[in-house]
Amino acid sequence: MRVLDLKLLRDLRRLWTQSLAISAVLAVGVMIMVMSNGAERSLRETRDTFYERNRFGDIFASASRAPDALATDILAIDGVARVDTRISTFAILDIADMTQPAMGQVLSLPSSGLPAMNIPTITRGRIPEPGQRDEVLVNQNFAQAHGFSIGDQFGVTLNGQKRMLTITGTALSPEFIYTIGPNSIMPDDRRFGILWMDEDVLGAAFNLTGAFNDVSVQLGRNADPDAVTDALDNLLKPYGGTGAFPRKDQISNAFLDGELKQLRVMAEVVPPVFLVISAFLVNMVLGRLIALEREQIGLLKALGYQRTEISWHYIKLALVIGCVGVGLGWTFGMLASRGMAQLYAEFFHFPYLVFVQYPSIYAISAGAGLMAAALGAVGAVRRVVGLSPAVAMAPPAPTRFRRGVLDRLILWLKPRQPTMMILRSIGRWPFRAALTTFGIATSASVMIAALFMFDAMDELLDVSFVQINRQDAVLQFAEARSDRVVQDVAHLPGVMAAEGVWSIPARLTHGHLSRRIGVEGRRPGDTLSRVIDTDSLDLVRPEHGIVLARRLADHLDVGVGDAIEVEFLTIPDSRHKLIVTGLAGQYFGLGAYMEVTTLARLLDRPVQVTHANLLIDPAREEALFNAIKGAPAVAGLTLLAQVRQSFTDTIAQNAGMTTTINSFLAALIAIGVVYNSARIQLSERARELASLRILGFTRGEVSYILLGELFLLTLAAIPLGLLIGRLLAGAMVASFDSDLYAIPLVVSRGTYMWAAGVVAAASVVSALIVRRRIDRMDLIAVMKTRE
Amino acid sequence: MNADHSATDRDPVYRMQDLTKTYRTEAVEVHALRGVTAELPAGEFVVLLGASGSGKSTLLNILGGLDTATSGKAWFNGRELTAKTERELTRYRRDHVGFVFQFYNLVPSLTARENVALVTEIAANPMTPEEALERVSLDHRMDHFPAELSGGEQQRVAIARAIAKRPEVLLCDEPTGALDSKTGVQVLQALDMINKELGTSTLVITHNAGIQAMAHRVVFLADGNISEIRENTERVDPSKIEW
Ligand SMILES: Nc1ncnc2c1ncn2[C@@H]1O[C@H](COP(=O)(O)OP(=O)(O)O)[C@@H](O)[C@H]1O
Ligand SMILES: [Mg+2]
Repeated sequence: MRVLDLKLLRDLRRLWTQSLAISAVLAVGVMIMVMSNGAERSLRETRDTFYERNRFGDIFASASRAPDALATDILAIDGVARVDTRISTFAILDIADMTQPAMGQVLSLPSSGLPAMNIPTITRGRIPEPGQRDEVLVNQNFAQAHGFSIGDQFGVTLNGQKRMLTITGTALSPEFIYTIGPNSIMPDDRRFGILWMDEDVLGAAFNLTGAFNDVSVQLGRNADPDAVTDALDNLLKPYGGTGAFPRKDQISNAFLDGELKQLRVMAEVVPPVFLVISAFLVNMVLGRLIALEREQIGLLKALGYQRTEISWHYIKLALVIGCVGVGLGWTFGMLASRGMAQLYAEFFHFPYLVFVQYPSIYAISAGAGLMAAALGAVGAVRRVVGLSPAVAMAPPAPTRFRRGVLDRLILWLKPRQPTMMILRSIGRWPFRAALTTFGIATSASVMIAALFMFDAMDELLDVSFVQINRQDAVLQFAEARSDRVVQDVAHLPGVMAAEGVWSIPARLTHGHLSRRIGVEGRRPGDTLSRVIDTDSLDLVRPEHGIVLARRLADHLDVGVGDAIEVEFLTIPDSRHKLIVTGLAGQYFGLGAYMEVTTLARLLDRPVQVTHANLLIDPAREEALFNAIKGAPAVAGLTLLAQVRQSFTDTIAQNAGMTTTINSFLAALIAIGVVYNSARIQLSERARELASLRILGFTRGEVSYILLGELFLLTLAAIPLGLLIGRLLAGAMVASFDSDLYAIPLVVSRGTYMWAAGVVAAASVVSALIVRRRIDRMDLIAVMKTRE
Repeated sequence: MNADHSATDRDPVYRMQDLTKTYRTEAVEVHALRGVTAELPAGEFVVLLGASGSGKSTLLNILGGLDTATSGKAWFNGRELTAKTERELTRYRRDHVGFVFQFYNLVPSLTARENVALVTEIAANPMTPEEALERVSLDHRMDHFPAELSGGEQQRVAIARAIAKRPEVLLCDEPTGALDSKTGVQVLQALDMINKELGTSTLVITHNAGIQAMAHRVVFLADGNISEIRENTERVDPSKIEW
């Protein structure tokens, strides 16, 4: 082995803690890149594979009752490659292990077996035999949530008729990766299940023999989705069509898309930022490490080594450190990406995970990591190698300290000499101090970005479940009914108050922007579910116009006073111009609200209701549940407390993981920066500090000079980091915004304090480690070696 | 004294003409050399004497190709040093010059043997590191790291490193400056022996007047100029020198 390489190895061994600290920072950058990218791509690949194999629809539509023969006409639409018609309806379920009613979405299976599209993947058992009235296939998560095995039974009320169903098997479906019931915001597998039953049985029960009320379409190559949607709407209109919608509006897919979008942000935005940060840290630390080698570089030059040979020697040092970092990053990144993808796959209930690894990500991350390290070395070596050997070998001339503005300030402060040394040192190397400060600030900001999620969730829950939705439950009617039914509901056992809501699917258009949502008609005096301004908490009244959720208004680019076109999809030729009279705050969904009397006048028909908000007496809950389980008009009951619970559970699970990872990273960055800065300062100033010790300064005083500077920089870094963290949180909130939900930008004082605390603690821990070195400093040896 | 060592009948190893060196710092200009003209014959042991700050190191660094002159010319074996590029100067140092510095300048992470190998690996016709260390009587300390060696031993390792390439010139800047009298003498003996046995032209800087007694020739430097060049008719053995 060449002697220079030996020197390399020995130097690495001497500097191993520092090298490892640099490698670790680099590894974090590489790891995040590999991990988020691997998880994101794997999930995308898994989803796409699942969608394709199980022929997930491209366009979906519902009607009230369309003849089976219409399927041929739909297939004839230009661009339609495949059509599947079926019966789809909601039903109340009566399950032995719970007193409250659960809800089911019942789908028909053709007598030929599995459907042509949206095919459920059977995970256990079999599908119901054709003609078997009491057999049912259920979605796997529902079965798991209740501990059902094949052969178990539960009750269902189909069009008022109660019967017991026997489970023949379980399945996973591309339509229900995210299984969200009506009036719900999160999957709740105990209270919402998917039931596949024989077509003929359902046809008979719902008077839909020879007819369908739900259709999915797969598009051919080069099909025009808008044209197909229009054609489909035209075909279904006579049969009570409610407007076709594309895959992107399909609820499960939309949620999944939102999650993948978040993951993509994680994969595409965060890692490069991290890699840049680690590159900058590596550059800073390595640069200063090499600056300390100034004399040795001078010596090598004097001995006749060429510039290139010397540069290469130090670049190799950097590359070894870089390789260790990249290797660690790859290893942990690969493990983590598999783990993360697995977790997500389970969370979403994919039947399998298509784990893909793109070599390009490994290549890119390695390239970036090694580049960062090499550039760090090159910059520093260039500075030293450029010196003539005579100058390089001489100890660097005493640093010139200047009297500037800062100095006058320092003098005005009249600090004691050690403090003076600290302040002068910062003033002399302002750029270096700024870099260190920035590095520490980064750590604090990553912490904020991790932790603010909890604050946001608190705010979101408070607004959604305390300010807006005060009802205990939402009762869903099987179909729109006269509003007199609200009186009947109010008289049900246990119901303390009931308020009806009329929800009609509609398309809102403003210029070229349009959204398909449900317009809700409400009575002005209703208080169980309120339309409010989330800032002032004041009620927002539609008067004679329409109130839009603020996010919906943004999507449509309208404000108060603007006119929009509203087309009610279930009512033929019902297009109206309405004035936006108010904006409402709302984190879930995109709501639009009118006064129910205005709505009725507009549509020229009596007031109807589609669901009712209830206040329930907890003591008589059971009586209510029993009453509802047998009621033919009821399609389902959603309990808000459970919605809230499943939401917090889900968020806790997801946010918990990211928060743990990010906190760990934040601490790692803080330690990486502070420890390395302290170590290097220690080597750079060893003689100075040893001289002070010899002059009679105590260990504490000497430590103060070295570590005081870092503490001062940490102190400056914390507010900066909190500010950057706030901005980062804002960017994250913006990236999470979707039709389904938005996350409020709230950062609590506790979060700021925790972030500041962790960074300060990391700083103190690093300082203590270095402090031990100061304490053990061999004064004579330090003074003897000519640095 | 042998007549071979007179300046006239031998080609000079170094020739200098009007060499100047001016250091410019922000506020002041320091004229370290103010026009040095001289010839140094090959194969001699030359001592460069002068007060601190008189320009000794500056001159040695220019001759060794570690630094460049501000004006004037210098030749090594007839080739002009002052015309060389930085790359060429590096080659010159690598092939022809051995350096010994006041503070030894060993690589702390390499053993004695490895420090010498640092040079033998890149030299054209080197001796083995072992042979070089034997010449300075350090064969028993070959695998020690610098931190495990005394100052005198470290300086001898530095000498071994300097001579291992069989250089034509050995340039030593205050090689005994950091050593006590006894270890200093050992170092001087080693240098003297190299000069004798290998015929290496040797230039030793010192501000210790006692050392001039062992030289063939003594160059006195004062305030950036050569004030006197004296040839010793009688050389004293290093072991007799004290300070
Ligand atoms: N790199 C430098 N920058 C500025 N001045 C220098 C530098 N090196 C040497 N000098 C000055 O040049 C003069 C000669 O220095 P030097 O050759 O080192 O003297 P000597 O070796 O005889 O003690 C001194 O005044 C010294 O301060
Ligand atoms: Mg000198």
